[in-house]
Amino acid sequence: MTQKRLRIGVLYSRVRVEEKWIFGAMEKLGIDYERLDDRAISFDLEHPEPWQTFDAVLERSISYTSGLYCLRMLDAFGVRTVNTARVAEICGDKLVTSAILSGAGVPQPHTVTAFTPEAALDAIEAFGYPVVLKPVVGSWGRLLAKINDREAAEAVVEHKSVLGSVQHSVFYIQEYIKKPGRDIRAIVIGDKVVMAMYRKSEHWITNTARSGEGELCPMTPEIEKLCLDAARAVGGGVLAVDLVEHPEKGMLVNEVNHTMEFHTAQPVSGIDIAGEIVNYVVEVARKGKEVISNE
Amino acid sequence: MSTVNCPECDAEITLEASTEVGEILVCPDCGVDLEVTSLNPAAVELAPMEQEDWGE
Repeated sequence: MTQKRLRIGVLYSRVRVEEKWIFGAMEKLGIDYERLDDRAISFDLEHPEPWQTFDAVLERSISYTSGLYCLRMLDAFGVRTVNTARVAEICGDKLVTSAILSGAGVPQPHTVTAFTPEAALDAIEAFGYPVVLKPVVGSWGRLLAKINDREAAEAVVEHKSVLGSVQHSVFYIQEYIKKPGRDIRAIVIGDKVVMAMYRKSEHWITNTARSGEGELCPMTPEIEKLCLDAARAVGGGVLAVDLVEHPEKGMLVNEVNHTMEFHTAQPVSGIDIAGEIVNYVVEVARKGKEVISNE
Repeated sequence: MSTVNCPECDAEITLEASTEVGEILVCPDCGVDLEVTSLNPAAVELAPMEQEDWGE
């Protein structure tokens, strides 16, 4: 019996170094794949057929909104995706992530949310200072605010409610953690924690997008369990789990990213993360084929 | 080796052999982000500005 060759789509916006590595891994394995620029595609709801030729689509959009809607369309068309639309819904919104982690009992920083400037200020005052405000949608350490006193809180809350989109009036308030000049980024693919690294910075924001430096972090049973618990809670797939070391509470899950960058993680670890991602996508595509042939 | 001119400052930029369509280059002279839109012939355009929902 001959088996039809798998066909994979890679949805992207920019060819960053990660996409280059992913395309390279696809080519190395001789996979039939198509590059799908999310700025050029469209979905005709009456004609899902062109999309249904894909056995799986890997979503690497740089825009959360575009990526999420693409995943929802593909989901409606019955096309398997990495990650799933549900995972993107959870991970792309910090408040949804926190709610899901809370429900699953995964330890995380103390977080409060409020929906008006007045309620936000009351919540901030109850927390005490310093406190951190984060946009619910956003990345790369953008628009994070460490608030040191009442005056700053009033100013930032007013700015967010007046100048920001409606979404900025979902106030995401979090305890400020005196971390040891670093946080930990771990890459989870399927049920495996592939690697972990420290992201070091003198600044309280340690994202490598904000010039935090990467250094290999030894894998411990604690890191492994926490990452797998967080990954399972959000629905699993190809994920980056960010951990923070709290001086009293220990290791906490700070966020989970669903279209992670690994420009630092891959060279620091020497692990072929792009190759691991491609293997996972192939596995997902193959499972879809098995399901269909069993029906 | 292909060369292009920066649409912002007209600096001449040499594209490496491994350059791909969709890749972002930074102009070495003026620092603007450029997107490679074609390889044959080589062409670049000013890259779109970062949006609020961009990220990982």
